[in-house]
Amino acid sequence: MIMKISMKKRQNLTGWAVLTPAVILIVVMNFVPLFRAFLMSFQTGRTGKMTFAGITNYTRVLQDSRAADALKITVEYVVVTVPVIIALALIMAVLLNDPRLKLKGIYRTCIFVPAAVSMVASAVIFRSLFAADGFVNSILVGLGILQNGYNFLGHPTSARIILMIVRVWKMLGYQMIFFLAGLQSIDSGIYEAAKIDGATSLQQFFKITVPMLKPTMVFAFVMSINAAIQVYDESVNLTNGGPGNATMPIAHYIYNTAFAGVPNFGYACALSMIILVVVGTITLIQMKVGDRRE
Amino acid sequence: MNKTKYWIGRGIKNIILIICSLFCVFPLVWVLIASTNASVDIVRGVLVPGKHLLENLKSIVEHYDLLGASWNTIKYSAVTTIASIIVCSVAGYGFEVYHDKWKDRLFGALMITMMIPFVSTMLPIYQTYAKLGLLNTTLGFILPSVSTVFTIMLFRQNSRSFPKDIIEAARIDGETELGIFFKMYVPTMKATYAAAATITFMNAWNNYMWARLIMSDNRAQTLPMLISNMTTGHYIDYGMLMLAVLISTLPTLIVFFALQRSFVEGMTGAVKG
Repeated sequence: MIMKISMKKRQNLTGWAVLTPAVILIVVMNFVPLFRAFLMSFQTGRTGKMTFAGITNYTRVLQDSRAADALKITVEYVVVTVPVIIALALIMAVLLNDPRLKLKGIYRTCIFVPAAVSMVASAVIFRSLFAADGFVNSILVGLGILQNGYNFLGHPTSARIILMIVRVWKMLGYQMIFFLAGLQSIDSGIYEAAKIDGATSLQQFFKITVPMLKPTMVFAFVMSINAAIQVYDESVNLTNGGPGNATMPIAHYIYNTAFAGVPNFGYACALSMIILVVVGTITLIQMKVGDRRE
Repeated sequence: MNKTKYWIGRGIKNIILIICSLFCVFPLVWVLIASTNASVDIVRGVLVPGKHLLENLKSIVEHYDLLGASWNTIKYSAVTTIASIIVCSVAGYGFEVYHDKWKDRLFGALMITMMIPFVSTMLPIYQTYAKLGLLNTTLGFILPSVSTVFTIMLFRQNSRSFPKDIIEAARIDGETELGIFFKMYVPTMKATYAAAATITFMNAWNNYMWARLIMSDNRAQTLPMLISNMTTGHYIDYGMLMLAVLISTLPTLIVFFALQRSFVEGMTGAVKG
């Protein structure tokens, strides 16, 4: 008996011991800096010369029209790209999951390939394709559709659309792999039974596929929204936030606030607290929604 | 009648897939072609491979530290990946195999980090690095991405399918906990290791924001930073730029295709759990 307890205890201790490095790293690299960022959001200045500033950073956020614009651009970006990516990825996954489909491997590889390209490289590729003297313009002019090249990245609306296209292009295949993995774990017998009962493909999709993929989809939404809200690499390398600030999302704005021009860490931290609240709220809502339907 | 309908359905499915595949692949085919052409031809819209590949390579090497940046990127990504799969697999094993009420609660608390955007934590980390001299170092690069809840979760979920009876049997046979982990767990979890390694490696390789923030020294810069720098001038040499894009993308492509099968398998296990 005594032997058994001490063995249990030892196992329990082993359990804690193997967790410790990972847990310490997460605490030190996430919770501690988050708490410090919260404290810094009440200060002003830069490293070494930070002074207490009360809530002035937060009152400034409310009056900062550039921050409001950046937030609006970010929300617009997330609201468009995330559903488009998830819907397209789901459709592609369902089409590819058809056992009678030929050339499956080729399609899957083609759609996935952009996932291996970095965000920076993706942005640079689209920047080159859509440059005023770029490939797309030379084709459009060559075909006689345009008289002169159109400066896609120099106009706010087209620049924002291309920024969105870059993300859809890069993330579609990545997301699709998750859905394909989820689909493969659904028992094909369920579909056979549904077919015998006379269910159409559309009914099968909405009554079997979507409910079975719910956990995967909730996870996909949380991950994609969190990633899209933090969009930075693309805007820096596609347009550098321009024209004007038409494509400067909030993470880009925070980075610039902290390092470009007159650096202000305190104000940047206050801005980042706002993103934190937005991301946190969205995640919680989604977790709740995901739970309820199960 | 039914047969025509079936073939029309097949046709539409294939057309959708072809359009989507072209949308995804065309920009990369274009990169491939552009990297062999001179900038003037690329701008003109040439769509056939040219003979300018070596010239483009020469211009990169002359103007930029391609070798240094490649080496740095390989070093940072490899170290991150190795450290991460060790730390996270051990933790994922611990959370599942030795799980009890407190460990489950702790894991729930760690899940909160999935909601913390990196922009909210990067400035304090940067400040600490400046104080501790971790700027421009490999250790500084890897620290935030070694232990992530995502990777721990991947191992934790996949550990569910690892039979607990075998562990008990091995313990009775006098196998140590460490022995069980290395002799039994690691070999059966190959797919999970492949999935975790692929994702971690790709993320580290493609990381830009963090690298740009802490790697101010030219000798510490990475490939994404190098590509980004190429576009800051007034005149852009597209041939050189596209070759650099290609060079920076090849390693992640190779890693992915080498581990593709296990990657999907590893992901499936995590999604199911």
